[in-house]
Amino acid sequence: MNGRRLGADFKIVVRSYTRNPVALFFSLIFPIILISLFGLIFSSVGSSTTTLYVVNDDHGSAPSRAFLEALNNTTVVSVSVVNVTPGGFAIWLGQNDAPVGLVIPAGFGAAYAHNTSVNVTVYTDPLAAASSGAAVGAVDEVVNEFNVGHIRASCGAGPGCAPVVGVSTTQVGSKVYRYIDYLIPGLIGFSILTSPMFSLVDVSSSYRKEGIFRELSLTPLTRSEWLAARILWYVLLTFVSAGIMIGAGVFLFGAHVTLTVGVLPFLVLGPFFFVSLGMLCGSVAKTPETAALIGNVVTFPMMFLSGTFFTVSSFPPGLRAFSHVLPLYYVIDGMNQVMLFGNESRAVVDLAVVAVAGAVVFALAVRLFRWRDE
Amino acid sequence: MPAAVEVDGLVKRYGTLTAVDRIRFEVAPGTVFAFLGPNGAGKTTTVEILEGLRRPTDGTVRVLGLDPWTDGGPLHRRIGVIPQEFRFFDKITAREAVEYYRALFGTSVDPGELLARVELLDKAYSRFETLSGGQKQKLGLALSLTNNPEVCFLDEPTTGLDPHARRAIWDVIRSLRQEGRTVFLTTHYLEEAQLLADHVAIIHHGRIIASGTPEEIIRAHGRPSRLRVDAPPELAALLQRELGVPAHAADGHVEVDLAEKHDALRILSAIDRSGLPWDHVATEDETLEDVFVRLVGRMDEGTLKAEVPP
Repeated sequence: MNGRRLGADFKIVVRSYTRNPVALFFSLIFPIILISLFGLIFSSVGSSTTTLYVVNDDHGSAPSRAFLEALNNTTVVSVSVVNVTPGGFAIWLGQNDAPVGLVIPAGFGAAYAHNTSVNVTVYTDPLAAASSGAAVGAVDEVVNEFNVGHIRASCGAGPGCAPVVGVSTTQVGSKVYRYIDYLIPGLIGFSILTSPMFSLVDVSSSYRKEGIFRELSLTPLTRSEWLAARILWYVLLTFVSAGIMIGAGVFLFGAHVTLTVGVLPFLVLGPFFFVSLGMLCGSVAKTPETAALIGNVVTFPMMFLSGTFFTVSSFPPGLRAFSHVLPLYYVIDGMNQVMLFGNESRAVVDLAVVAVAGAVVFALAVRLFRWRDE
Repeated sequence: MPAAVEVDGLVKRYGTLTAVDRIRFEVAPGTVFAFLGPNGAGKTTTVEILEGLRRPTDGTVRVLGLDPWTDGGPLHRRIGVIPQEFRFFDKITAREAVEYYRALFGTSVDPGELLARVELLDKAYSRFETLSGGQKQKLGLALSLTNNPEVCFLDEPTTGLDPHARRAIWDVIRSLRQEGRTVFLTTHYLEEAQLLADHVAIIHHGRIIASGTPEEIIRAHGRPSRLRVDAPPELAALLQRELGVPAHAADGHVEVDLAEKHDALRILSAIDRSGLPWDHVATEDETLEDVFVRLVGRMDEGTLKAEVPP
């Protein structure tokens, strides 16, 4: 790596890019259009059976177990009891892509027995409206059954026989998240993916066809310097477009995101990964047409299934598992952890995944991309 | 002084196709060497092997004593290359391109001076995409000179260019030679080879079929000079009878092959004595082009053997 050559090549990239209005439009303006479009049209995807994660803080009292069994019998939800403190439950749900949760408070059984009112708490994710709605419906139904049964059993139709179990709802995460909040990391991830992928796949295959790589191979510029200059550019571009998207989200749609330095590694390693991947896709193909095809096959699933426009927690389980093999998922999830949930430890894991994958793809790209023919 | 370029027994095969077949030549330092041949003869393959862009199938290649395929790094700092159709980044201006190459090579050429040298100074601030074919080629030439190369490789540098641009590039090639650089030129323009080259090798179907100075090739493979005069056919018969020279008549003129220059004088006095009407006396020498067309034709007919190294 030679700084002078890297700098000279970086200048070429910057000039080529900034003198191309279409490329600039797509990198900087297109995400704003997307954020506005999706911000205005709130949409969500539903699924059939929802797993309802439950914290039973009443330590398995008979009424609480009966309550959960009744919930399970609705077949709308499948109850899964987890061992988490009620205080950390909201964050736990957010981290585990769980759209709904239920807390049965301590003293639930006692209250039931003594006719004092008690509330169960339902946690919902506004982005997973369909599954949340179904689960909330099931909980309401069971609460209703319980109250009717209780009234009949203990006091007939006499006075003072009010329903004892009530429902309060709260949202997943440490605070209330709206779609637009998720959309910001999602769309930053979207542009980290698409800008370098589309450009590098095209550049790597067409420069080879036109003989520009052969000409560069006759200069002291190395392939890693060439790739590094592009990575540098896309990191810069990502910083600018992330700034624009955060600005648009916060000022136009009142989004709430936490901005810490923890976001920065994702804005660096994300482009590092996708510039290398774009180069790799362009290098394994023999013609620009094949390169474009390979690029699309790699890019499109990630464009929609990594938590860009829709959170992964709203996907059915099979699709959710698939999204976990997509590298962009870790970029977006990491940014969600930092910007929304404030969960740095999980963000570090995401970052490690992106860093290792990036190093592997960079090494492969430098190795497989050829300046010259045999 | 060792040769700037040495090639011995060079073979390049692509699958079953043999693009270059056991060729051998040397280029003396400070000379212009023209590699001449029709399209598809193997010129570009050879020059790309010399530049280190392709790996030879067999044979030895040395440029400035280095193996181009394995010593590409050090070699590329000492050679300049313009490919057949020079391409560069569309949005970058000519001046920026020179500055880029200057930074890559770490040299200190003056971009304005270099662009002036290839007659491109007026386009210094024009983007590559707006340049004409000739201007692009001139920029390629300028870039190939940013590292002050000892050997310049020019692969058909004037193909498809207008006569003015072609002359400008010829001038640069001449000045390169004056500066003591070695120039390796491929071309399918005979005129170009004859005008510029100290040494010419004619390649066809991957083999060298003739080599030497342009004059040597014409002498070895060309027809003798001819004397041509506008005159009635009777003159041809008369010249054959009186002087025993091969003369023939066609389209109102008579042509006589000249074994030696002095024959022309004897023939002219015989014409004068004959009393026949005559006009427009001229002598014609064959050009490299005539020789080339004939050699290539004969090789295609199979009546000419290539120069195969011993």
